[in-house]
Amino acid sequence: MEQLTCKNLKLGYENITLTEDLSFGVEKGDYLCIVGENGAGKSTLMRTILRLQKPLAGTIEYGDGLTASKIGYLPQQTIIQKDFPASVYEVVLSGCQNSLGHRLFYSKEAHKTAKHNMERLGISDLAKRCYRELSGGQQQRVLLARALCATERMLLLDEPVSGLDPMVTLEMYELIKKLNNEGITVIMISHDIQASVKYAKHILHIGNEFFFGTAKDYKKSAAGSKYLEGDAV
Amino acid sequence: MIDTLLFYLSQPFVRYALVVGVLIALCSSLLGVILVLKRFSFIGDGLSHVAFGAMAIAAVVGLTNQMALTLPVTIACAILILWSGQNAKIKGDASIAMLSVGALAIGYLLMSKFPTSSNVAGDVCSSLFGSTKILTLSKSEVILSIVLSIVVVILFTAFYNKFFAVTFDENFAKAVGTKANLINFLIASIIAVIVVLAMNLVGSLLVSALVIFPALSAMRIFKSFRSVTICSAILSVFCAFFGIILSILLETPVGSTIVVTDIVAFAVCTVAGKIKG
Repeated sequence: MEQLTCKNLKLGYENITLTEDLSFGVEKGDYLCIVGENGAGKSTLMRTILRLQKPLAGTIEYGDGLTASKIGYLPQQTIIQKDFPASVYEVVLSGCQNSLGHRLFYSKEAHKTAKHNMERLGISDLAKRCYRELSGGQQQRVLLARALCATERMLLLDEPVSGLDPMVTLEMYELIKKLNNEGITVIMISHDIQASVKYAKHILHIGNEFFFGTAKDYKKSAAGSKYLEGDAV
Repeated sequence: MIDTLLFYLSQPFVRYALVVGVLIALCSSLLGVILVLKRFSFIGDGLSHVAFGAMAIAAVVGLTNQMALTLPVTIACAILILWSGQNAKIKGDASIAMLSVGALAIGYLLMSKFPTSSNVAGDVCSSLFGSTKILTLSKSEVILSIVLSIVVVILFTAFYNKFFAVTFDENFAKAVGTKANLINFLIASIIAVIVVLAMNLVGSLLVSALVIFPALSAMRIFKSFRSVTICSAILSVFCAFFGIILSILLETPVGSTIVVTDIVAFAVCTVAGKIKG
């Protein structure tokens, strides 16, 4: 069942068009990597899917009970977060915002969800630690746990391994794979082309070249082979 | 000394000053944590200059109730600053600086060109550094301060979770459907109200101190948002109370004495934070 269907999207800002006539769909349980050069519109696409920004043309449809606010989003870290005094638990719990609605305080359910997701990612023992004092990999886990609190169906990850060392990067990929195996749809923006073809089921390549299909076909495609070769050099 | 203190405390004007001072300190410290984290430490300063300018205009026009003009103008500017902070051509710090000095200049210009009293320099000085106004509050002003402070505290408690979410990660908050712009609008309005109130206490130039010092002090010691907020509120109330008492006993200006107390508290917290590790 399609959870997300994008038709003829035109993305960009007022005078600048980044991508035109973009169509693709994401099935339940899919693992899609979005690749492309800098400035191709990857982040804009992600912002559009999250309804933070309107497409210049085209439509996005959500299916299978999914809405834009029920997508778990892992944004890139901001400067503000670097010295923000917040405990890990506070950060994870804030992922339950969409269940807050018009209520002012988090319900028992929300607290349960937060605790459950911290266990799921193995960060329960960090609950009382200060977010800014954690290592990069631990911080990403915390933000991933927060994203999981917001969703049961789909994760949207914006370069989740940028700035992490190789070992932690591998752990992160395995963790995401594990979540995907549990049935959560994953959409990821990535610059790591080798890992993308290794882990993803589908690849969306935007920018100068366009490709949408399975990771297997991507390796054989013009866009893919060029990228994979470039990466090997 | 105790006798002098007891004598002063028995005077209604001293009690008024203490009540209003403590309440304003409480409100400003609550919002201060958010503003410092959002990198808007200077908003208090900028807004108070705007309020100064608006007050000058109100005086020139001859409004008896200056608050009627000062408050809306300050709120409008607060919204302008917080709103434009995200994607304007002129970035947050520059827009605050611009508004701040611009309003100061216009205010002073108007006050000296259309003097409402014979002592312009004195008027300007007392609006900038806090006058003895805090010691001459009328009962209605005290009631207004109490009501507004209660509203601020209630709003802060009610929206605490959303304030945290929007401050920590605005994009995530928006993505999961929190109306971040509305929350920012609320923060801007509340801070404007606090600034206008606090000007009576410490004056335009020192308002920022009430906003940033308690928050920064609390951040030296505590590591979760909740404990930082609570500590900041307690510190601020404590410093305002002792600042006012000290200023009476030592016959020093109220505003600057409170700020000096805040600075001392900051130094203590810094040391305590270092020891704690």
